[in-house]
Amino acid sequence: MNDPVAYAVAGFALVAAAYAGWHLWREAPFSNGLFYVVSVLELLLLGLLIGGSIALSRTERDVDGVLFVSYLVTVLIIPPAAVVWGIAEKSRWGSGVVVVAMLTVAVLVFRVLGIWQGAYV
Amino acid sequence: MSDASTSSGFGRALVAVYAVFALAASARSVYQLAAKASEAPFAYTLSAVAGVVYVVATVALATDRRALAVATIGFELVGVLGVGLLTLVDGELFPDATVWSDFGAGYGFVPLVLPFVGLWWLHRTRRVGA
Repeated sequence: MNDPVAYAVAGFALVAAAYAGWHLWREAPFSNGLFYVVSVLELLLLGLLIGGSIALSRTERDVDGVLFVSYLVTVLIIPPAAVVWGIAEKSRWGSGVVVVAMLTVAVLVFRVLGIWQGAYV
Repeated sequence: MSDASTSSGFGRALVAVYAVFALAASARSVYQLAAKASEAPFAYTLSAVAGVVYVVATVALATDRRALAVATIGFELVGVLGVGLLTLVDGELFPDATVWSDFGAGYGFVPLVLPFVGLWWLHRTRRVGA
């Protein structure tokens, strides 16, 4: 797994967080635009899981495979969970849920990168 | 406002934050107990307790169970303060970290702030006379 890919996905999650934060600021509830951005992120994360798993099977590195894949699977659950939980709330805090979720995704992707690089034991 | 549930409005986002910590703390503890339980039994037991507390607090807030929410969030407050102090005083008890180590520094101190926000929210949404 090369680092720029992980940085790009984490970066996209941060952009999504900012977009959701802008909704929150404008007192806007969960919008269609927000839904599309979260959906794109979900596809990127799916790609990261597939790409990461292939990279794991090929690498010579000493990566904790179970931890690596479980992080990639866990992060995949977050965007749909945020949509389900956020969309039911008609106030601006539906967008607040998405802010929390997107920041979490960004943090998790950075941790995945750290696991890949062997930074965590 | 008739809709003063703990999971509506700001509470919606608060539940999301709690859910993230429920996931983080329990996943961490499952991994620690499965992979290396004997290395730091005390720290790992605390990790498991923290995981359970966050899960119950999340469910309580999401389903508007106030008494349960107050109990678990209160426990969480005591936990983060107590474990935070213990890690400062006696680092040897904690060869490996928990969510509450060093007052939650590994998680941007969110674990320290969260119980205060939770209790404030329960206070704000309290039902008069209930």
